[in-house]
Amino acid sequence: MSMPFYVAPEQLMKDKADYARKGIARGRALVATLYTDGILLAAENPSRTLHKVSEIYDRIAFAGVGKFNEFDSLRVAGVRHADTKGYSYSREDVDARSLANAYAQLIGQVFTHDMKPMEVEILVAEVGGSTSDGAEDQLYHILYDGTVFDETRFTVLGGEAEAITSRMEAAFQPAMSLADALKAATGALAGPERTLAPADLEVAVLDRRQERRAFRRIPDDELTALLA
Amino acid sequence: MTLPFFSPSDDPGPSFVDLLRRIHGEPKPFTVDPQFSVTHGTTITALRYADGVVMAGDRRATAGSSIAHRAMEKVHPADRWSGVAIAGAAGFALDMVKLFQLQLEHYEKVEGSVLSLEGKANQLAAMVRQNLPMAMQGLVVIPLFAGYDLRRRQGRIFTYDATGGRYEETDFHADGSGGRDARTAIKLQWTPEMDRASAIELAVQGLYEAADEDSATGGPDAVRGIYPTVATITATGYEPVPEAEVAESFAALIERKSVRGVRR
Repeated sequence: MSMPFYVAPEQLMKDKADYARKGIARGRALVATLYTDGILLAAENPSRTLHKVSEIYDRIAFAGVGKFNEFDSLRVAGVRHADTKGYSYSREDVDARSLANAYAQLIGQVFTHDMKPMEVEILVAEVGGSTSDGAEDQLYHILYDGTVFDETRFTVLGGEAEAITSRMEAAFQPAMSLADALKAATGALAGPERTLAPADLEVAVLDRRQERRAFRRIPDDELTALLA
Repeated sequence: MTLPFFSPSDDPGPSFVDLLRRIHGEPKPFTVDPQFSVTHGTTITALRYADGVVMAGDRRATAGSSIAHRAMEKVHPADRWSGVAIAGAAGFALDMVKLFQLQLEHYEKVEGSVLSLEGKANQLAAMVRQNLPMAMQGLVVIPLFAGYDLRRRQGRIFTYDATGGRYEETDFHADGSGGRDARTAIKLQWTPEMDRASAIELAVQGLYEAADEDSATGGPDAVRGIYPTVATITATGYEPVPEAEVAESFAALIERKSVRGVRR
């Protein structure tokens, strides 16, 4: 009988983390930021149909970067979690915090127990009710190993996150208008050397003023007007 | 609650009903004592007009020969471009509406696209058929489905029978205990390409005539300010007609009926 090689747990975890990080760094980044009427989600995404940003529930959106099939199956699981919860309890009982915890559990489980960790970083965003002032808006950033960060202003997912975060740090203002928030986010995504056209972007908002379903995609013509 | 995660061979796809079945198992059929008096919803109607469809339903729910509710809502939005009205056993019917709304929204979110109007109508037929064991015991649920078909650019009406049979109506339809009377009243005055105001007036009149002949259908209740639920579905989507407008429509109807002492 051959003996399996011994690998120190530290080394094993580090290798998995490096592997996941490399996979995520290959993809393009995404910025989520609060603005005066809700939460803006802007991603660099040349595809019209393979979405990085999607609706989960009335006030909850999902965003993912990294390997598309992996974050898309997480998105579908999130929709299922939210819809079954809302059906068996009430629509008001569906919240981003419990969804973020469920995601963290699953991703953490895969990271420690499976051969291959998920090469994804995801975001769960929830906007407060139509009469709230933004104090209830939530951003949960979940890493490939199940670590959850609760952000209060903005967050960056994906490759070159550090550089984009520092650019976003400089551009962020509390209670920005949608156009200002979009300019800040696209500026941070693009960096000083290039500019991003509406066709390179996927943008959606969780608009607090909507009565029920707050999620709305922003089409190219509206993006052009907002970025002008 | 843990995340519902499935292997590809076991995945329920975009259907919420299949997802529920996967999680909770097949629902067990049960029997109901025929003496047991169950709340029933009564008359609903839908008619096509120039911009789309008008849907309307009275507000009364009965249990046996007594009035169970005076202000029940029988017309509900199914999604942005369609509506569903219900007649029959109220408990099952309201649950069916809730499940149907979720089924459409769930599909939209999972697939990233909206079902065709025909697809929505077929989904509802499957739900009515699911209820067949209950229908055999007298707990029939009869929905009426209408919507604006964005591909054909017109309003469409679908009716159902207790076995899940799905039929498309070209002009108008009414269902429930007073459905026959409402249908006759609408038939006498319906014309293609009616405008919004006259379509609402005709729907309201259909319900009025049904209430006149059928004890289970509620008429306008000016004392409590309860009027039928009316909604329009057009290219811009499902829109409830404000209660004040329905009340005005009734006032005009009563005015017309009482001219020169004609009592009918």
